[in-house]
Amino acid sequence: MRTDDLSSFILTLVTFTPLVGGVLLMLFPRRDRDIRIFALVISLLTFVLSLHLPVHFHREHAEFRFQIDKPWVSVPNIHYHMGIDGISLWLVVLTTFLTPLCVLISWKSIHERAKEFFIILLILETALIGVFTSLDLFLFYFFWEATLIPMALLIGMFGHERKVYAAVKFFMYTMIASVFMLAAILWLYAHTGSFDFVTIREQLASGAVPKFPAAAQWLFLGFFLAFAVKVPLFPFHTWLPDAHVEAPTAGSVLLAGVLLKMGTYGMLRFNLGLFPEQSRQNAWWIMILALIGIIYGALVAMVQPNMKKLIAYSSVSHLGVVVLGIFSFTQAGLNGAMFVMLAHGISTGGLFMLTGVLHERRHTYEITEFGGLASPMPVYAASYLVMVLASAGLPLLNGFIGEFLVFTGAFQARPVYGILAATGVIWSSVYLLWMYQRVFYGKVTHLVNSSLSDLSGFEKWAVWPCAIAALVMGVAPIMWLSAIDPAVQAALRPFVQVASRVVGQ
Amino acid sequence: MTFLPAAYSQVLPQSADYIRILPEIILSIFGMIVMVLEPLLDKETGQRVLGWIAFFGTLVALGATWPMAQAPGLAFWNTVQVDGFSVFFHVLIIAIAAVVILSSYEYMSVQKIRAGEYYALILFGTVGMALMSSAVELVLIFIALEISSIASYVLTGFRRHEAISAESSLKYFLLGSFATAFFLYGVALMFGATGSTNISLISRALGAGPIPVLAFAAVALMFVGLGFKVAAAPFHVWTPDVYEGAPAPIVGFMSTAPKAAAFAVLLRIVFVIDIHAIFWVIWIAAGLSMTLGNISAMVQSNVKRLLAYSSIAHAGYLLMAFAAAPELGTSAAMFYLASYAAMNVGAFAVVSHFANAGERYVTLEDYEGLGRSSPLLAAALTIFLLSLIGIPITGGFFAKFYVFSAAVKANLIGLTIIGVLNSGVGAYYYLRIIVMMYMRESRKTVPVMPVPFTLRLALFACIVATIYLGISPQGILQYAQDSAQALVQSPIPEDALPTPVSAADQSVP
Repeated sequence: MRTDDLSSFILTLVTFTPLVGGVLLMLFPRRDRDIRIFALVISLLTFVLSLHLPVHFHREHAEFRFQIDKPWVSVPNIHYHMGIDGISLWLVVLTTFLTPLCVLISWKSIHERAKEFFIILLILETALIGVFTSLDLFLFYFFWEATLIPMALLIGMFGHERKVYAAVKFFMYTMIASVFMLAAILWLYAHTGSFDFVTIREQLASGAVPKFPAAAQWLFLGFFLAFAVKVPLFPFHTWLPDAHVEAPTAGSVLLAGVLLKMGTYGMLRFNLGLFPEQSRQNAWWIMILALIGIIYGALVAMVQPNMKKLIAYSSVSHLGVVVLGIFSFTQAGLNGAMFVMLAHGISTGGLFMLTGVLHERRHTYEITEFGGLASPMPVYAASYLVMVLASAGLPLLNGFIGEFLVFTGAFQARPVYGILAATGVIWSSVYLLWMYQRVFYGKVTHLVNSSLSDLSGFEKWAVWPCAIAALVMGVAPIMWLSAIDPAVQAALRPFVQVASRVVGQ
Repeated sequence: MTFLPAAYSQVLPQSADYIRILPEIILSIFGMIVMVLEPLLDKETGQRVLGWIAFFGTLVALGATWPMAQAPGLAFWNTVQVDGFSVFFHVLIIAIAAVVILSSYEYMSVQKIRAGEYYALILFGTVGMALMSSAVELVLIFIALEISSIASYVLTGFRRHEAISAESSLKYFLLGSFATAFFLYGVALMFGATGSTNISLISRALGAGPIPVLAFAAVALMFVGLGFKVAAAPFHVWTPDVYEGAPAPIVGFMSTAPKAAAFAVLLRIVFVIDIHAIFWVIWIAAGLSMTLGNISAMVQSNVKRLLAYSSIAHAGYLLMAFAAAPELGTSAAMFYLASYAAMNVGAFAVVSHFANAGERYVTLEDYEGLGRSSPLLAAALTIFLLSLIGIPITGGFFAKFYVFSAAVKANLIGLTIIGVLNSGVGAYYYLRIIVMMYMRESRKTVPVMPVPFTLRLALFACIVATIYLGISPQGILQYAQDSAQALVQSPIPEDALPTPVSAADQSVP
């Protein structure tokens, strides 16, 4: 097959391979081992397929690549339009990278209803990839909603004690918020006659939509609310700790690693892409909320007695950094935001996996239940340290680059924002290192802990790729940024125009 | 007809007239066959045979919609009109009847109800409903409405060992008679206002000059009568009680087929007569139905009652389409009815199987752990519930989507926001059932019987329809749009119409 043929087909292939795998899995007999192996094979296959994307990606150009645009429904005018640019490229790869690790980390821990678990996991992967590859607003909403059910089922069926409460809360929060986005999408369709992202963007930018100026603020808010709840931006974050604490490990990994990025991706793609002027007008309060999120999230994380909750609140803090970077409208800020999204996916994913390993052995997340784990579990402790340092933003690991860029961007936009945001680095090292110290250093405080087994084979295979990725991303960020930068510059182009227009007046 | 004078052959129905009501004729014949055979067959084994005859009848009637569709036009002195619109509803209503009959076999034997007239009544009811969708004469609409209503009154009371069933039947009968009386009163007023009961003539008469006040009152009264049939607020209070008492497969039938028929009539009345004054009436009814239905459903613990309130909410979403522009709204409503039928009939098929003898297991608690004890039933019910929520790749998603986008296009932003918020709230109680099935362990032992072949077939048909409408809504929507356009643009060819009776010619008998 020539690469031309493949390039229009590859996104479909990457998106739907997990779904096909999930459907095939339904036909499997309930032999857990076969099911696990099959799920692993499918998710690895998806990962390998998705590697086609960065390999054949033209890094100089900002337009959408690997496009496929076929009419799906003629009235309303819905197209099966997929394509990726430097922004969505890495998020797709992040998803396909984390899913096989989720399969591995769940290898032993899911023993009941394993078949359902892996089916749901694979369906979730398809929905997540679909969110990042859709260029048709309808298709986007379709996948966006489709992520809800499998995630809620993962939490509700395989979670811990208060799983039902957490699952329903997660579902209702995000469902209600996203219907506002649906209303905004419907308005756009009613007045432009298209769901196509590129077409709508052009029409809105050229001023060809008559009633747009009056409605723009509401449309912006409709999209923004859906994304802000997903991110979650302060004060919409309250579903997150519950969902994380109750979710099974794999659920937490995908939730923190990919699902939250749907929100920031949406802001970058749709809020900035479709409503540049409204983004600029609303940026001041959004940045303030992001700053509150950074500092508040970190402070709350500091006092958590529960490891998983601590990491959940650290996500609130890190995602605040991403939002700050996006709404700084600077090249550095946007590049940084993208990089933090990827780095956070890897490092927090790794942290959740490692914390899940501990939960499997002791069935608790309480920090006080542990202490001195470094001596019975040296490999585990070392792996944990790498992920903690990556998350805290140590130079040469992946957390540093992104945060540094965001703070630079925020400083350019408004120095005081940069200064306040930079305190986030201090906070994050405080809560992470303090937790690390309490869990791993000192003497073994509980006798049960002295006989805990170290990382098993599957667990190593799940965790180490994260550690390696964290290191490589920290040493050679240019591999990622070279693809991100042109797309970011293209996203910023309307802002340069807006600015010059303001100056011109 | 050579023995008659030439003038009479103009008056007598032609063979094309019969073709235009062929499905109704076939259904009636099969209904009568069932009635005649019932006493001749053995009580125990005869049930099945009668059921299969009825099912076969619906299949033949479905086939008969084809010649019917090939002969568009007016029939029986301009009282029946065959167009894309009526063919659409014929197919929909007869298909619902077929699936309901399929899912009834097992229910009837488990509940130990031995009565062949059950199937005959379904067929006769279907005749009435089908006729409602093609009638363009208010008096004929009324007769068809009565045919379908009387059948449903009896069907509601079919669990005759249960007091609750008799109660629901009586309630339905009393309130339903009131509602049809309202409708008839509206028809009479309309005749007084325009001198005609033919919808196109009414439309022409009203279009000619200022609209008389009497006509407003007439449309409002007709709306009350039909609003009752579709369970729209504030005429919805009967719904939960009646649905709770009626046999579960019949609830699946009642909540979809008569609704489709009543909505078909409403569409004709609203869009052909085209009175804008009832816009606000519909607006308020839509908003109220959605909100009341969803909020009340949230606190139900009986699944049948829950689905009853949900059907009120869905009537509200549907009415939203009526408040929108005619062309968009009609096609959106038609699509909504089709996908609602698929998911609701399916949901009630699961409920009726699970309910077991005497409908013992109908509370939410009973559904705990169903995901484990019967993965097939739980998965099927989940698909229907997701469709009722409006999650992608199900018909319910596109249905809501079309209705909302029709409303947005008509600039009904307020109603759209009410609808959108409601669909968020609605997700909660459907989700509760899913949560019960998958996320809780059962606390008591609820026996789940194996799913018989006929029910599998019925469920399969509903699932296929739900998913098909969710993946490829194109075909159905296109058809609905074409027929809606034809309906709105040219109701009836001018030359085919008799001259209206002028008010002066009427004398009090």
